[in-house]
Amino acid sequence: MASLWEYANPVRFMRTSGALLPWVTAAAAASLGIGLVWGFLTPEDYKQGSTVKIMFLHVPAAMMAINIWVMMLVASLIWLIRRHHVSALAAKAAAPVGAVMTLIALATGAIWGQPMWGTWWEWDPRMTSFLILFLFYLGYMALWSAVENPDSAADLTGVLCLVGSVFALLSRYAVNFWNQGLHQGATISVAPGDRISSTYSYPLYLCMLGFFLLFVALLLLRTRTEIRIRRLAALRARELRA
Amino acid sequence: MIELGKYSATVLVAWGVSLLLLGGIVVQSLMAAARARRSLEAEEAARKVKHG
Repeated sequence: MASLWEYANPVRFMRTSGALLPWVTAAAAASLGIGLVWGFLTPEDYKQGSTVKIMFLHVPAAMMAINIWVMMLVASLIWLIRRHHVSALAAKAAAPVGAVMTLIALATGAIWGQPMWGTWWEWDPRMTSFLILFLFYLGYMALWSAVENPDSAADLTGVLCLVGSVFALLSRYAVNFWNQGLHQGATISVAPGDRISSTYSYPLYLCMLGFFLLFVALLLLRTRTEIRIRRLAALRARELRA
Repeated sequence: MIELGKYSATVLVAWGVSLLLLGGIVVQSLMAAARARRSLEAEEAARKVKHG
């Protein structure tokens, strides 16, 4: 079996990701399509009415917003420690997807919160840490664009990613730390009495899988794009030097 | 027809915004990928012509 580090070779990464991409895309489209239609067709909740249907977008998006940052952290650490360019480019490629997931979680949360809590926004620990996480995503992307040298950009964004990880973790565990604010605890719980009905949990699991696979497909596609852009820049630089 | 009750506007706006954002990142990723592939292919073809 090939070592994981062999994928740090851009040629090998392009070959493997090119073969995987159609399958991951098809799996993402199938699970997301079925999950979302199933979720939209679920019956009204006795307390929340039809707004429960927002959960099928809000929960998977929030889950991915945090996990994408964690993935970026791992990729940044690999870059900072082992200097593998593909990992730095993968972190860069993941950031816009993570920002969109965070924005979906924030927007759907505000829209859902208005009828349920009577307010669009509250400076609640989880909501506030999520907003800060979104700002970190924007800052991360802005830093990549602002620094001309790609290796310096990867170093600086890697450090920013380390700092932002505090807020990614906070947005996951803020409810447990402070035990206050409007936002509820984890939606998915194995504790008896806290479990959501299977009417909602099964389509929710499928949507979570769909969001995860969509992210993997976009990550492969966008990392391939970044590798091509890097190769193009290298060719042009070589031409200028010649 | 699916009955969404008194929260129909809330649900539809939340779903509309989310699907628009998801569609947006997918389209942007595809367009950027196509643009990068085209540019690289053009550059490599030009180098092949120049250097034989």
